[in-house]
Amino acid sequence: MASKDDAMNVDYDVSQPQVMFQFYKRLYPYQAIFHWLNQDHAPSRLFTHREFAFTLQGDVYLRYQSFATAEEFQREVCRRSPTRFEIGAIYNARPKDKKVMRPGALQPQRRELVFDIDMTDYDSVRTCCTDKKICARCWGFIAAAVRVLDSGLRNQFGYRQLLWVYSGRRGIHCWVSDAAAMDLTDDQRRALMAWLEVVKGSKDTAKKVNVRFKNGELHPALSSAVRILNPKEGDPATRWNFDGLILHDQDCFKNQEQWEDLLKLLGNADIADSLRKTWQSDTERTSRRKWEDLVKELRKRDKKTQSSVLHAMEEIILQYMYPRLDMEVSKHRNHLLKAPFCVHPSTGRVCVPVDPATVDDFDPERVPTVGQLLSELDRLDGVPGGWEKTSLKPYVEMLERHAQGIIQEARQGRKAAQSLEF
Amino acid sequence: MISREKRAAASAAASPYAHLTYQHRLNFYDEPPRYNITLDEFESCAIDRLRILSEIESCLARNRSPEDMKTVIDAQCRKFLPLDANTASKLVDVDAQRKRDHLGHFVLRLAFCRSEELRRRFVKSETMLFRIRYELADQNEVNQFLESKKFAWEKASNGELQSLKSELIAVHPRLPWPENGSPPAYYKVNWTSVPDLVAQRKVLLRLGKAYVPATEQESIVLQEFQERIESNLDRTAKALPRLDEDDRILPILGHLADGLLAGIPMDSSFAVTEGDGVTITADMIEDLSRKHFPLCMRNLHDNLRKDKHLKHAGRLQYTLFLKGFGLTLDEAIVFWRKSYRGGKVKDDDFNKEYKYNIRHSYGQEGKRADYPPMNCARIITSQQPSAQESHGCPFKHFSIENLDTALLTKYGSCGMNSSALPEINKYVKDGHYHVACTRVYEITHNIRKGEGLGGGESVTHPNLY
Repeated sequence: MASKDDAMNVDYDVSQPQVMFQFYKRLYPYQAIFHWLNQDHAPSRLFTHREFAFTLQGDVYLRYQSFATAEEFQREVCRRSPTRFEIGAIYNARPKDKKVMRPGALQPQRRELVFDIDMTDYDSVRTCCTDKKICARCWGFIAAAVRVLDSGLRNQFGYRQLLWVYSGRRGIHCWVSDAAAMDLTDDQRRALMAWLEVVKGSKDTAKKVNVRFKNGELHPALSSAVRILNPKEGDPATRWNFDGLILHDQDCFKNQEQWEDLLKLLGNADIADSLRKTWQSDTERTSRRKWEDLVKELRKRDKKTQSSVLHAMEEIILQYMYPRLDMEVSKHRNHLLKAPFCVHPSTGRVCVPVDPATVDDFDPERVPTVGQLLSELDRLDGVPGGWEKTSLKPYVEMLERHAQGIIQEARQGRKAAQSLEF
Repeated sequence: MISREKRAAASAAASPYAHLTYQHRLNFYDEPPRYNITLDEFESCAIDRLRILSEIESCLARNRSPEDMKTVIDAQCRKFLPLDANTASKLVDVDAQRKRDHLGHFVLRLAFCRSEELRRRFVKSETMLFRIRYELADQNEVNQFLESKKFAWEKASNGELQSLKSELIAVHPRLPWPENGSPPAYYKVNWTSVPDLVAQRKVLLRLGKAYVPATEQESIVLQEFQERIESNLDRTAKALPRLDEDDRILPILGHLADGLLAGIPMDSSFAVTEGDGVTITADMIEDLSRKHFPLCMRNLHDNLRKDKHLKHAGRLQYTLFLKGFGLTLDEAIVFWRKSYRGGKVKDDDFNKEYKYNIRHSYGQEGKRADYPPMNCARIITSQQPSAQESHGCPFKHFSIENLDTALLTKYGSCGMNSSALPEINKYVKDGHYHVACTRVYEITHNIRKGEGLGGGESVTHPNLY
């Protein structure tokens, strides 16, 4: 049996056009994508008026592609064999007709609510990898962000049709397909993002979280977020919480520069001085120990100091772990976002859906690559078959299940609207 | 069980105001007016409303405080678009007032639905007008109005509120929860009805519903108003081409649109009065021009001095202005003759060519029409000046550098300095030329910002200077 390391075979260099062509011909799940976007079995405007954008070899960028059926979609993707392609909004006319329309006549109308979380936004806090690298450990930041955002979107906004997709290298996307979400205008998306945004500021900003009311309290939504990130006794156990990720695995307060950052955020020079004495002399002290030191030190102080520093500690938890969202991606309906199941050109990994229930155990280094999948097809030895005979199967089924759920809900929505017309 | 409609009709009939066509002075403008009116009424109620909307735009551009704005607009409304409550004296025909208000809105809607910019400005100023009126009305009035509109707001049940008690208190700590009584009143609305409150995390969200304290009602109502206007504008724009109405209405609508773009209604005229007893002679013009002329007229005057000549459009604009300023016909002739002396035109030629025109402007020749001096709107929107010409509005037609230079050289001695320029430039960039002109007036006459020409008014006519 070929080992996992053979997966990125030299034979399957993803930059060779032949490889992508094979991928699109035999592996890409067009039907599932069609069902998911179209929200119905027969083509509707949600598909026919949908913009696709292809990136071809040589960085040629083709916008305003649209297709009448899933078959036409498949034909065109196979013909063009793009290195990647993106999905945009549903317009008021077929995007491919743009050239024969009056300028400005083509307007975006509906579009899933989308989110993009990228690991590079966490470079200032993660310690195991930097830049383009990612591993199962720093994935913990993404996992925590997914748990907070998934809960927020469901509990606060009532959305139910959420699809989480690995972005192929170092991040994750979320697509919300509820009818109410599809209808959101740009202004409403902006308001929603303002509600969600907590961590603000560039790498030069020391304190990036300033979200309390004038009376010092946190909004209940943010208290929930803190609780998800730092569960209490009796809460469901998670691997990547503040203790597990920040204090233990990433050891974010190990060296002096790092724990000085922490001390600055406490907002209390007195406590900072006491802790500094201990930490300066013990360079091996773990972040877990340091946090315990902080708690002990705090117990010696008066109620007012305790309250203020506890508040600061909550904000530290948010600053290190609350989802860092790309605001621009979510605000505009016409923003183009990479399609699920595309192949990442550098890593060869397929952008597969991620189940939020098991996001803590997701390992980006074990995501199927195009090389691995094509090798699996080779081993079929001439027996016909596509994705369903490879490691891609569970992922496609995840998308298909999700799409069927959307189709059901859309159908019920239509029935309800019709009955009102009497 | 009596149906909801019957009950509503019964309560309306029982109300002492049942005889009124318009039950409330607040209006969402959902229904178009359905009666006949004269063309005059059509135009005049629109112009009055435009006056108010333009004043609102001015106030916003000048960053007035909400309190100030309410006072100013309220005063303007009393003058041009009065709208009294049901409780006003019997002498006031509230129905007629509301009819004018209603009509004016719909005419302007027709005039402004065609372009993105006009629509945006219309929505913004109409929403502000509604807000001012809403805030000036008393709570009873507001409640009755809202009830009549059947807002689809749920009142959150007490049971539900109790279960959310701690979270609600966290978000609205100053809202009292009586010890043993029922919780404070909350509405449960779709979060999209209150995007501003959501963006600031000022409400509790649960499953897409926002829990809004009844005290925040205004925010919801305003949002509703704005949305309705926007969608109605959309519908109006689509219906417009089918209005194969005629040469009577379309020109009026066109003028109204110009009026908003120029910032003032087309009709603001300036009656030529006899003056306050000071007779202006030709010699005085030079000195008076330095401080008391708006930039457009300074420009014309200085160019006249420099070239000893002005082209027709400039001459016309300036002559009429001087007439309004108080210059008599004879003095005018003296002034122009002196101005042209030494230039290309000889005295005799002057008599032949120009004297007639001056006399015509004063209504002494030809059809003897007494032309009023042009107001700002006309000056801004009529023909663009070309290279040799100097008429028009400098705030609109000059490039920014030229404008800045002109302001500094011409008004430098009156207190204009470069620190004021960025602000004025901003007004110009936003298209609020009359606000820029007003600001210049404030600076050169040492008047507090916001006072304008007295009582907060902005420049709508050169002679008002």
